[in-house]
Amino acid sequence: MFKAKVNVTLRPSILDPKGKAAHHALQNLGLTNIEGVRIGKFIEIDVQASNEEEARGIVESACSKLLANEVMEDFEIQFES
Amino acid sequence: MNAEVKFLWHKETDVSGLDMIIVPGGFSYGDYLRSGAIARFSPIMQELIGYAQKGGPVMGICNGFQILLEAGLIPGAMRHNEQLKFICKDVHIRVESTQSIYTSSLQKDQLLTIPVSHGEGNYYIDNDGLKELQDSDQVLFRYVNAHGETTPEANINGSVDHIAGITNKQKNVLGMMPHPERAMERLLGKEDGKHIFESVLQALAIA
Repeated sequence: MFKAKVNVTLRPSILDPKGKAAHHALQNLGLTNIEGVRIGKFIEIDVQASNEEEARGIVESACSKLLANEVMEDFEIQFES
Repeated sequence: MNAEVKFLWHKETDVSGLDMIIVPGGFSYGDYLRSGAIARFSPIMQELIGYAQKGGPVMGICNGFQILLEAGLIPGAMRHNEQLKFICKDVHIRVESTQSIYTSSLQKDQLLTIPVSHGEGNYYIDNDGLKELQDSDQVLFRYVNAHGETTPEANINGSVDHIAGITNKQKNVLGMMPHPERAMERLLGKEDGKHIFESVLQALAIA
C-alpha cells in the first residue's frame, strides 16, 4: 500500500479570504513579521498499487476529478517513503 | 404558475419528458471539499449533463449553480465570499442580456430585487474566460445598487465583474446565486423572481 500526501492550494492569482482573515488575526496578535497567509487543504490517501508510478496515476486522477478544482486550485502529490 | 412540477431525487436516472430541469439551492453532502463538488457525481447528474448537452433548459440556483459549475456545464468556479460572511439579504440585480429564454421577456437594464443566501458565491473566472463570457453575451445578471450602478459596495460577495448569473455558450444552462423562487408573491414580500420563471414559460410556450 502507498500513502500519498496531497496539498491542494489556491492558485497564487486567486484571492484567499480565509488566509487574509487569518493573516489579519495574526497581525493583531503582534506577529507583524508575517507578511502573508494562504490556506489550502492537506489530504492523506491510502492507495493499493503495485508500484509508486501506478499509485501516483491513481492519486492524480482523484485530484483532477474531485479533490481539486483546477479552475482555481493546484495540487501537489508526495509519497511517504 | 400553471406548470406541472415533478420532484426528482438525486438517485433517479430518468429525466425524460421534462421541459426544463431546475437544480435548487440548499446544501449537498455537507458541501464538504467544495460546494457542489460531490453532488456533481450524484447518479442523476450524468443524465442531467446529457440533457443539457442536447440543449435541454437547465437552471441552477445557488447550490445548484455551484453544482453546475463543478460539473463543467458552465465555466468558472466559486470561492468563499470575500468578507467570509454568510450573506442572507435582498440584493439588486440588473438584467444584462435578454438573449436567453430566462430573460427574453425582461428588459435590458431592468432591476430585480431578489434575496441571496450563501457563503460561497464569490464567482471566479480568469481574464480570458471573462472576455469570452462578455463577448458571447453570457452574463445575464450583475449585482448593482438600488440605482442600478455597479459600485464596489454593490458587489456583495466579491464576484468577478459583479457576476450574479451566467449561462453557458449555448444559453440553455443558467446558473445564478440569487434565489428567484424566494420572490414569487407580493403578499410574501416581493415577486421579482417570478418574472424569470414567466420568461422561461413564455419562451418554452408552456403557459
